[in-house]
This record gives sequence, structure tokens and C-alpha cells, in this order.
Amino acid sequence: MAAVTTYREALRATLMEEMDRNPAVVLLGEDIGVYQGTFRITADFLSRYGPRRVIDTPISELGFIGAAIGMAMLGLRPVVEVMTWNFSLLAADQILNNAAKLRYFSGGQVEVPLVIRGPNGAGVQLSAQHSQSLEALYAHFPGLLVAVPATPADVRGLLLTALRGRDPVIFLENAALYGVKGEVPEGDAALPFGQAEVMRYGRDVTVVAYSRMVHLALAAAEQLAREGVEAEVINLRTLRPLDGETVIRSVRRTHRAVVVQEQWKPFGAAAEIAAIISEEAFDLLDAPVERVTGADVPMPYARNLELLALPHEQDIVTAARRTLYRQ
Amino acid sequence: MATKRGEAKVRPGAPADADLTAALPWYRLMLVARRFEEEAERAFRRGKIGGYLHLYSGQEAVAAGFLAVLRPDDIFFTAYRDHAHAIFRGTPAEAVMAELFGRQTGAVKGKGGSMHIFDVGRGFYGGYGIVGGHIPLATGAAYALRYQGTDRICLCFLGDGAMNSGSFHEPVNMAGLWGRDGMCPIVYIVENNRYAMGTAVDRSTAVTDLASKFGIHGIAHERVDGQDFLEVQRAARRITAQVRETGRPYAVEAVTYRFAAHGAADLFQPYRTKEEVEAWKARDPILLLEQALRAAGLLDDERVEELRREAEEVVAAAVRYAEESPEPPPEELTRDVYAP
Repeated sequence: MAAVTTYREALRATLMEEMDRNPAVVLLGEDIGVYQGTFRITADFLSRYGPRRVIDTPISELGFIGAAIGMAMLGLRPVVEVMTWNFSLLAADQILNNAAKLRYFSGGQVEVPLVIRGPNGAGVQLSAQHSQSLEALYAHFPGLLVAVPATPADVRGLLLTALRGRDPVIFLENAALYGVKGEVPEGDAALPFGQAEVMRYGRDVTVVAYSRMVHLALAAAEQLAREGVEAEVINLRTLRPLDGETVIRSVRRTHRAVVVQEQWKPFGAAAEIAAIISEEAFDLLDAPVERVTGADVPMPYARNLELLALPHEQDIVTAARRTLYRQ
Repeated sequence: MATKRGEAKVRPGAPADADLTAALPWYRLMLVARRFEEEAERAFRRGKIGGYLHLYSGQEAVAAGFLAVLRPDDIFFTAYRDHAHAIFRGTPAEAVMAELFGRQTGAVKGKGGSMHIFDVGRGFYGGYGIVGGHIPLATGAAYALRYQGTDRICLCFLGDGAMNSGSFHEPVNMAGLWGRDGMCPIVYIVENNRYAMGTAVDRSTAVTDLASKFGIHGIAHERVDGQDFLEVQRAARRITAQVRETGRPYAVEAVTYRFAAHGAADLFQPYRTKEEVEAWKARDPILLLEQALRAAGLLDDERVEELRREAEEVVAAAVRYAEESPEPPPEELTRDVYAP
């Protein structure tokens, strides 16, 4: 059985289901209660669960993310909403120096079953401080798990796993996807971390993507199909752990790869994936791995410049053609 | 706000009251902690201990006074000057020393070192290396204790230097908010040893009445003489009972002094004079408690000598244990990054 729902509704329903099931789940964040949530993910949660479980916080990312880590250490299961991931940088010390490392430097005495969630990446004309994609930053740190759902089914499956796991999860949503619809399996649909999904099969070129870029990759694959090029599209679902195996298995057949990310090119997720391909499938490649990324600039405000700074379907098509030595 | 500063009450011939009798084992523990720090510094000089090493000598009465009244199921957090806190809570000195030596038998299996002693079984939630970084954790932990329907409380030790960071003000404001609903049973204990590394309090904050800084966040507060174990313990007993009862946070500024350098690697201390250090040694917390116990007839020369020897033996055994313990096996490198 599967029902069609939106990315936002999948988030809401999964959070509710776990809150109903497990009294240890508490929510913290700015304007998640009375205001109903900036993106209305937590609308009605306050009246349903009360102020002890739905905690409106001051604008103190360091304070409330740190407090959530402390709650997790004591056995609660806090879910923090960051209004956008840009603001998580205010809590970088808490996330990177405490959440990521506590299990290790306590010699395994403490664990941090914490989920931090919210929208990552560009919106529309939000300019430099509100448009960043921070997945590479967080995926760099051992001790963190990084989920990058692309579809409502991903949201439900990955969030269930996050909420039942024992490690801190960086759960990167995308605001542009909140209204996207898709089929979501009912029942226990938890998706294990580190298992990519092949969204479309093809024999000519492998396109690796995650989060919103998966949708661009699928559109590009449609266009390529009309040219007679069969692109295989892989949705990574999580960056840490990263399912290199599925990528390599695909490249073994296609001998070509395009990796897509919204963030800046240097030191990004695409570089990591390209490196894995070159380490494990060097002899199988018929062309250099292509990277499609955002422009290496702070995000501009003007709409025309912003569009130039973001990756588009056409960039993926062009990159795929290059790997096939076509114009 | 009740500001209290008192000298140690030396009352010749005064009868031993219950507090004094109960203080005797704490005198012994403070001797062990002091000796522990001395031997740790020696081992550091011998190259047996690496990294940073921050000694608690001079400040013992603060942690001892509070931990003396903490219930076994209560919890506490502190910063990186954390060896004595563990010892006072009952963590074997062997485990702490072995940690400093980077051994498998250390408190955290040789993975954290001096700054990250943990003993969760005894309610000690660490041991943190980033100044102020543990204050949000302790605040959230206190919320969790109440959320879970218990009457357990949380102590959060912090230094004067931490109070100028956002890591202090953000969670303490939240504690003030949560306290209104009785949801934050925490005692913040500022160990004001007068220097943030080498920067004196009056050079780092315009408001040197540190206790008063909690007032702007709606938290009741007071100042105690951090050299006087009996005074700290009396305050701690009253304050912890109140916090347990109300679920509201409370803050204490314990005025104290660090005899040792900031870190064992600091050979020079250009920020303070030898005379100042010597003057504070006259108010050595162990000496003050010893005087009070002698005055009450609970200690004499012979007993003091015996307890000192015992402390030496405990610490010598800890050093031997650390030296003889194996290093962590290579498999330990990748363990405890994620849940097994």
C-alpha cells in the first residue's frame, strides 16, 4: 500500500507518528509552536503535544542545539528545527565539537540520539547569507550522519531511521521540495542509511545526485532519452554513510559519470564521489567524471544572477553529453 | 541577592557538630585530589602525560563542597579542570590517572585524556575542552531530568572565563525561562579563580560581580567563599534542596584561587605575582578545613600525618596502575565513532 503525499506532509506525519509512539521525542526550535513553524512543518503540534514537548526557543542556536544535545545524552530524543541550515553555523561548536564527538571522547559512555532538521540550499532571491548548501561541511565530520532526502518516501524512510537511531543526524531538507508529491509506503517504511536508490535505469551514463538535484537529474535524463542517451539516475539519500557501492556498480556498466550538487565546487560532495569512482573504477572509465555544481561565488540577490549561480537541468545534459564526447 | 564572604570559622574548643564530623572524609578526599594533581604534574614533566594538563590545586573546596551534598542519582558537568571532580565523586584515582597516561584502563579508555574524564555510572557527564561549551548541555540535561518526572538535579561547574561567551548567556537565558515552569533543576557553580588563563576577571568583563550576571536572566544567585569547604557545603545543601524542590535554576559564584599555572605546560605566569600566589596559599582550602577540624578536636598531628601518607599511597598506587596498564589496542581507534 502506498499513498500520495507531499514532502512536507511526510515530514509532519512521520514526526507525529513517532511523537505518538515515543514520549521521549521532543521538538525544539524557533517559532515552531505558537507561530506554527516557518514552513508550517510543525503546525498544530503545540496544541497536540503541549509546551513541554514542543519548545519554542529564543533565537539562540548555540543554546538550544547544545541543550538538545544534553537532553539526548539523558535519553530524550530531541528533534531540533533550524529555521534554515544557514543558522546552524551559530551552533557549529555544539554540533561539531559536542554532538559529533561525545560518544568517542567519553569512551562510549554517552550517546547523542539527536535529529537536527530544516531546509538546506538556495530559496528564491534570499542572497548570500540564506542560500547556502552545507552538506559537505557536516559530512566531513566523523560521528555525524547526514541525510539528504529527495522525495516524500525518502523523507519518511530516513526520518524514521533517524528517530530510532542512536547517533546525531543532520537531516537536510530542501524548501523547494516541501510541496513536491510522491508515493509514500505505509507501515514501517524505515530506510537504512547508506543505501542509495536507482531512480531510473540507463546504460550510457550514471548521474549521481541527492536532495533537490535528483529532480533536475531526472528531468535531464528525460531530455537525454529523447536524444537516444540512456542515463541512470542515482539518488544517494545519505551522504554519511555514503553508498559508494551502488555508484560503482552503475559506473561499471555505463563507464561514465556525472555528479550533481548545488553547493560550491571546491571540496564538495561531488569531489568526494568523483574520488571514490577514480579510486575504485579508474580502469572502467571512458571519460573523466563530470561535476555539475553551483557557481563559486556567494549567492547574489538579482534573480538573473541567482539563476546563473545555480545548477540547472541543462547543465546536467551538457555534462552528460561531454562524457559521451557529443556536442 | 545574598552576598556572603566569610573566613574559615576556627573555633578553638568548639564541639564537633555534624557538619564537621561529616567533613572528615572530605578532608581526606581533598588531600588525595591535591596529591593527585602534584603527581600528575610530575608525570607530565617526565613526559608520561601528553597534551594539556589543567590542575585544580587551590580550588578543591568548591567541587568538594557541592559534591559532598549531591545525591548519588544526581548528575554534573564541568570543564577541563576535571580530575578532582571525578575523584570526589568516587571514580577510582587509578582510572583517572590511567586516562592521563593514555591507557586502555583509563576513565574513557584513553580516548579523551585529561580534559574529558567521564563516569556516567556515577552521574559525571564530563569533562569538556571548549570553554563554556558544556553549559548548554548541562542546561538541556537538567530539562530532561524534569521532563522524565524525576527530582534529580544537575550541577554545572564553569569558570569565570566562560561567562563572557555566548555559550554562557544563551543557555542561561533559557534556564531562566524554563525555570519559570519548574523545568530546569540546575545549579550553575562559577569557579571564579580570578583568571581566564592569563586574563584577570577585571580585564575581561566590565561587571566583576559575576554572580549578578545570572540576575539578568532571572536566576537567583549568591557568592560564597570558595576556599571554605564548610561554607560551600552549607550553601550547597540549602541550594540543592531548593533547586530539587522548585525545579528552578540557581547560581553560585565561588571565589577561589588556582595555585597551579593555567596549564602544566605554562612555565611563566606574567599575569600575576608570586606574592599574590603566596598570599592565597595562606587560604589553602585544605589548610582551612584542617584548622577547623583540629579546633573541633577531630584531627591532630598524628592523624593528619596518617591521612597524608594514605593520600600519597592512594596516588602512588594510581601512578603504578597507570604505568602498568596497557595502551589501547589498535582496534580502539575506530570504536565509539558511531553506535555499534
